[in-house]
Amino acid sequence: MANVLVFAETRNGELRKIALEAVTAGRTLAVASGGGEVHVLLAGAPGIGSKSGQLAKYGADAVIVVESADFAQFARESLAATLADAAKSGGYRAVVLGFSAQGRDLGPRVAARLDAPIASDVTELAVNGDAITVKHPGYANKVIMTLTLTGSPVVLSVRPSAFTAAESPKAGRVEQGKASPASGVTVKVTEVKEGAKGRPDLGEAPIIVSGGRGLKAKENFKLIEDLADALGNAAVGATRAVTDDGWRPHSDQIGQTGRQVSPQLYIAVGISGAIQHLAGMRTSRTIVAINKDKEAPIFKVADYGIVGDVLEVVPALTAAVKEARKGH
Amino acid sequence: MKIAVCIKRTPDSESRFKIAASGAAIDETGLKFDMDDFAGYAVEAALQLNEKAGGGETVVYAVGPDTVQESLRKAMSMGADRAVHLKAESVADGIAIARALAAELKGGGYDLVLFGKHAFDSSAGVVGTATAELLNVPCVTAASELSVSGGKGLARRELEGAAEMVEFPLPAVVTIDEGVARPRYPSLKGIMAAKKKPLESKPAQLGTVRVTVTKMELPPERPAGRILGEGVAAIPELVRLLQSEAKVI
Repeated sequence: MANVLVFAETRNGELRKIALEAVTAGRTLAVASGGGEVHVLLAGAPGIGSKSGQLAKYGADAVIVVESADFAQFARESLAATLADAAKSGGYRAVVLGFSAQGRDLGPRVAARLDAPIASDVTELAVNGDAITVKHPGYANKVIMTLTLTGSPVVLSVRPSAFTAAESPKAGRVEQGKASPASGVTVKVTEVKEGAKGRPDLGEAPIIVSGGRGLKAKENFKLIEDLADALGNAAVGATRAVTDDGWRPHSDQIGQTGRQVSPQLYIAVGISGAIQHLAGMRTSRTIVAINKDKEAPIFKVADYGIVGDVLEVVPALTAAVKEARKGH
Repeated sequence: MKIAVCIKRTPDSESRFKIAASGAAIDETGLKFDMDDFAGYAVEAALQLNEKAGGGETVVYAVGPDTVQESLRKAMSMGADRAVHLKAESVADGIAIARALAAELKGGGYDLVLFGKHAFDSSAGVVGTATAELLNVPCVTAASELSVSGGKGLARRELEGAAEMVEFPLPAVVTIDEGVARPRYPSLKGIMAAKKKPLESKPAQLGTVRVTVTKMELPPERPAGRILGEGVAAIPELVRLLQSEAKVI
């Protein structure tokens, strides 16, 4: 039996989806190690403690609340120190975070501070006696590695969407914790540039509509936006070719060198399916491809394909989706 | 400036992979290896920073078997001044690698230590950040823009749906994302010069290794998809399947 400490990721005072997924992963590990507790570190600007209830609802036995004005921004050094100190004092078997922009940054810091082994981008985990084994897709998702970690504690960052956030109410005892100061000089955030509002992030969206060179011109991305609007709660992605050409911002790129996503529905429009792109989206649950070339490799991974001119098919699909979703 | 760049050698990402007989490694037969893409951006970023500063030294480091020397030579053919090879068998423990690098970099007098944000093979992104922690210097991860002036670094980081602009004092560790710099091709002259540049090789001080690869497997193939038809005529069927079969709209 061993307890697990989970880092609850927040941004702008809100819990992120990955925070609840990490709680699920923490629970999986606690159960596998004989039924310990899941404690969640919730660190943020004053007021963040109000999110404790939500963490309890999704399975936190205890929530350690650390409120500090410094945490209004991503105070990476102090956050890492706070998490590492909480891990040390609680004698946890594992520290679980999300493999998100924040978690990718914090995980290795915490592991180095704890002198603990770390596995990144974990999709499955299990306990084998004294060791923890995890699955982690490497080689741009082309090879699934099983890693064995010995020693305690271990640090695990879990892949977004690999674990499902599920309601499973627990006590959620609230404990007040203290922020640990950074041990040296720090990185200062001078500005945060928020992206386009009104659309979910690529990592959190249940639906992604993505466009490639087959759209022929930057302006035609309007068709992608319209389809995303019709579907509701959909994000817009792009191929590397498109972001390299400046049709879309670099941050929209899905692929080996961009974002790696696993939405419930991925609609690839005018995308041929280069390996570079497939590496970023092939784990999506349902894939739809619309492309004029019936030999395009994207059709090999697509559940449903339509061969045709995207400039004709997409507006018609948008209209059909609107019709089908009437009343939503 | 004195800049260190820690690089890795990885197989060509366009390869089709097979699992080796051991079941815990890829079959390297016929694979092409090169400096990892992100490491390439980091080397280029270092060279450009020093060119802009009008001088300095760029030193490349790699932990791994003797074959990594090939990538160290390549970095020198691009313009790095010298190389250090920390000899070790393939290691999956990022903290152990960071330990070896930090021991070596400590006292090196570097203003900046650059890494790729992660490597294609392990796709873990641990070593750079952990090395910074062990050196107790500021660390900026996944920088997509980087500049240095007046002893201070400025960088941009892509977050999910936002970007963060940061400022940090030197010395520092920065891990490099795509976008910072496109790596140059080594010139013939550069390749010739690299052969004469110093490459020191010594054992890596890894300490205890606590992460091992115990299995590798290929992901399950996606079941063959269906082409529903051509043009707008296929749309009603697509919408029907998305509603009834995939249940996503």
